[in-house]
Amino acid sequence: MIIKTTKELVASEITDISVFKRRRQIIKAALAAMVAGEFIAPAIAANNNSNWANLPKSNYADKSLTPTPAGLIKNYTNYYEFAFNKQDSTDLAKNLRTDAWSVEITGEVEKPGHYYLEDILSQQSLQEYIYRFRCVEAWSMVVPWIGFPLADLLKSVQPLSTARFVKFTSVYQPDTMPKQASNQMLEWPYVEGLRIDEAMHPLTILAVGLYGDILPNQNGAPLRLIVPWKYGFKSIKAIVKIELLKRPPITSWNSFAPNEYGFYANVNPDVAHPRWSQNSERQLGSTFFTPRRQTELFNGYGEQVASLYSEMNLRHFF
Amino acid sequence: MTYLISRLWTLSIVGCLIPFLWLIVDITFDNLGSNPIQELHIRLGDWSLRFLWITLAITPIQTITKWRGMTDYRQLFGLCAFFYATLHVLGYLVVDHYFQWRIIGIDILESSYIWFGIIAYFITLLLALSSPKWAKKRLGKTWKKLHRFIYIAACAAIMHYFWQLKGNLADPLFYLLVIFILLGFRGLVWLKDRQLAQLMLPKSTK
Repeated sequence: MIIKTTKELVASEITDISVFKRRRQIIKAALAAMVAGEFIAPAIAANNNSNWANLPKSNYADKSLTPTPAGLIKNYTNYYEFAFNKQDSTDLAKNLRTDAWSVEITGEVEKPGHYYLEDILSQQSLQEYIYRFRCVEAWSMVVPWIGFPLADLLKSVQPLSTARFVKFTSVYQPDTMPKQASNQMLEWPYVEGLRIDEAMHPLTILAVGLYGDILPNQNGAPLRLIVPWKYGFKSIKAIVKIELLKRPPITSWNSFAPNEYGFYANVNPDVAHPRWSQNSERQLGSTFFTPRRQTELFNGYGEQVASLYSEMNLRHFF
Repeated sequence: MTYLISRLWTLSIVGCLIPFLWLIVDITFDNLGSNPIQELHIRLGDWSLRFLWITLAITPIQTITKWRGMTDYRQLFGLCAFFYATLHVLGYLVVDHYFQWRIIGIDILESSYIWFGIIAYFITLLLALSSPKWAKKRLGKTWKKLHRFIYIAACAAIMHYFWQLKGNLADPLFYLLVIFILLGFRGLVWLKDRQLAQLMLPKSTK
């Protein structure tokens, strides 16, 4: 078992480094392939962004952040629908079918309906968002996402004044997702939720790309949420349904272990997980003998988001 | 085969060092994946637990095969488990935290899974210190009692593993199963010995 794991690591690591070093060529090749007729191509054309590598950077993207190498980001991701370890889930995620993707938007909105992803993208202007990403497992990375504000999509379907929460649902595809098929761990499909003000915040985005390229399956293709001031599990992958609700939704990790994973899940160094500290984090890409990074409240986005929680006891609403 | 048996001691020492050399190679060639420091912790922790199993398996093997002179092997593998556990602790303090004592302090205080690790390491340390022959002689009967704590160390180490996971428990449960089998065997032998002793007792008093 051990020998096999090491071999896999060796193989993947070599590929990643080469992929990383040739990333511009690969991006060009991928774009060429897309223009040649992959599903997302019409969306890009309509969007007048023929080159994702040169997208404008969001005002909120901290330009002083150095992105973590792509090879590391693409090979270190939790995706429990596929497997409970990061290597296997990355391998198995290749099976996910993402063609002709559509998202159902429903609930407290004027214009509910099923929207094709390419139609959504043709209405949105994509930008690059360089965000810190902090996992509840106390590791972190810096990711150059490509996406658009969730608020822009929500506004386009006209939320009613009764909409107070947003519920997101991941794809249910048990034929490609072994842990859904065997019904293990969490209640499937995966569900996450935000308060409406969190969802409408300009830092909250829906991502479709990473490092100038479309999202790899293991990183949440074709459409995922990114809420940079919350632990990574809030940033749900492969979204097929967005519901605007009057009441807070029941979310996956919160219902699995309510005392360990809160609904808010704001990054907070002072509120430990019941079994481990959240005070510091291991940054991917850092070398041996580099101390861990001191975790920041709201993952360093306090200036933008602290006002959302000014009335709340963050220890109680963790 | 006889060649192998005659070289068993040397082979055992080499076997103890292979995971260490393998790790050095993987560090040198940057083969530890996206989070090499965590991988280092996992490798060293895993090998410490595996050598703890082997150590615990020696007495049952001796009972079954009636081979003699296996206590040296038990000591070798026990010290080997201690060696990997020590590297695991040093990896945490030095490679991961680089002596940032304030952050280390908060991390230990707030992470209950680390408490189990500390219990396991403290016991292993005591056992390693009392492992030389002269210490064994000096401690007499206490030595045997002290060294039964290895089962507590093993359980604490497994708790240390189990308590830091989010819910996928297959690996620590496998480790626990092996410990139960080994402990169960010792229990059965103890029961059998006691029954034999009880059977013999009335006869001798008659």
